[in-house]
Amino acid sequence: MGLAVKTLSEQTSRDNFPVLNQRVHDKPLVYLDNAATTQKPQMVLDAMNQFYQEDNSNIHRGVHELSERSTAHYEAARLKIQRFLNAGDWREIIFVRGATEGVNLVAYTWGRRNIQAGDEIVISAMEHHSNIVPWQILCEEKNAVLRIAPINQRGELLLDEYEKLLGPRTKLVSMVHISNALGTINPVAEIARIAHRHGVLVFIDGAQAVAHMKVDVQALDCDFYAMSGHKMFGPTGIGVLYGKAALLEKMPPYQGGGDMIRTVTFAKTTYNELPYKFEAGTPNIAGTIGLGAAVDYLNEIGLDRIATYEHELLRYGTEQLERIPGLRLIGTAREKASILSFVLEGVHPHDVGTILDRQGVAVRTGHHCAQPVLEWFGVPATTRASLAFYNSRQDIDALVAGIYKVKEIFG
Amino acid sequence: MLADLYQEVILDHSKRPRNFHELADATRHVEGYNPLCGDKLKLFVKMDGDKVSDISFVGAGCAISTASASLMTEVVKGKSRAEAVQMMERFHDLLTTEKPPAANLGKLAVFSGVREFPVRVKCATLAWHTLISALTGENEVVSTE
Repeated sequence: MGLAVKTLSEQTSRDNFPVLNQRVHDKPLVYLDNAATTQKPQMVLDAMNQFYQEDNSNIHRGVHELSERSTAHYEAARLKIQRFLNAGDWREIIFVRGATEGVNLVAYTWGRRNIQAGDEIVISAMEHHSNIVPWQILCEEKNAVLRIAPINQRGELLLDEYEKLLGPRTKLVSMVHISNALGTINPVAEIARIAHRHGVLVFIDGAQAVAHMKVDVQALDCDFYAMSGHKMFGPTGIGVLYGKAALLEKMPPYQGGGDMIRTVTFAKTTYNELPYKFEAGTPNIAGTIGLGAAVDYLNEIGLDRIATYEHELLRYGTEQLERIPGLRLIGTAREKASILSFVLEGVHPHDVGTILDRQGVAVRTGHHCAQPVLEWFGVPATTRASLAFYNSRQDIDALVAGIYKVKEIFG
Repeated sequence: MLADLYQEVILDHSKRPRNFHELADATRHVEGYNPLCGDKLKLFVKMDGDKVSDISFVGAGCAISTASASLMTEVVKGKSRAEAVQMMERFHDLLTTEKPPAANLGKLAVFSGVREFPVRVKCATLAWHTLISALTGENEVVSTE
């Protein structure tokens, strides 16, 4: 195990991620901000570069060679994502800017058509702002009610309390797969089973999940699933909304424009079929191709192998951090992935972040766009180290040494 | 250099902030907020004509913002509006420009190390933005964004 573990981070970080091979403030860079965004392997950079150097053209309309090639690459990426998420139908894969746009798309289209005054939408207490605010906007517009499923002291969803919230007026449950602030892995299949028992649809925010575990949308049986490319080693500005075809078919379009139409006259426009109905305008073609390359990369390494390795690394990191006097971990769920969020007695996270940065250790400090859950834990902010498979035990050791430096300065 | 940022005086004021309480007879109180780190402070000012006769603050923030608020309350007490605004300008120059520091900065000179940490400039200026707002009476809540 020890040897295999070493091999994974050594192989990947040194050879495949050029940005990791640098010094910051004259210290080797230790990148522990993967929940904010992950680094990109050479394979992804090459795929995007190659597209611009050899194939660049608009898609779905040209009869010329370059356009045909671009279209083929773009649609090949869709099929890669379909297999990656194990969606039953390629038409269920809609390219968006990121998970945030995925939530907004469903709130604006499905939500506007199906939510009425007095209806209820259930989210959890550990949601990212992106899975709170779009529903708040919808509820305000429709005079609907947003209800919050509570969590326990470990940061785990209380399933019984969640089920009690489901009633005749509940129309949608929207929950995070892995919490970006706490690392909690929610029992998504169980959440969906409970919701469906009450005839309620389920949206899952998978932004933090797809880089760390195998996701099978059919096994989870969720109705919608959103993810961001840049959090799974792909480029920024590209993400995916998965939706069950039967639901997507009935939803009105999101944005109007080119590519999403079948025919346009000034009297009446008919819309294109899935998935193009939701992809107005020239999409992020290079980003989509980069995302496809990221999927290839992850498949090459294997998400099962990544999950096993990261689990071990998280266990090691948890052990090391728990030994530090005055340090309190925020988020200690039994099912947890990749996040070490903590507060240090007497020191504000912002000061921790600055001092760690000067040791070459990149972490995130603040509320992580999840203010309500931090408020629930009674802290205004935390320091968050978030792991990827290219991190090693040495990175954790550098973090720990940095925290001792903080303690030395603050006495 | 970290040692330039976290100088003894700054650490001392962050751990034991001065004038750290509410002010019952304040003529004005204004809240300051830094959305980047969630720092919040509430500033109380008692004016006697054009002079700041008393000033205090409460809130939670990082070492830089707490120490800056603490030292600010010490240096502006007894000053006129115009003097306080001028101090803010000099202080801001100290943090953001290469100009040689103004000679009459007094204790505020300990913040010279912040210049090397651009993302922390907002921490150091939060209290001052809040003060200017209290003195000019523009907003009830001041944000650094």
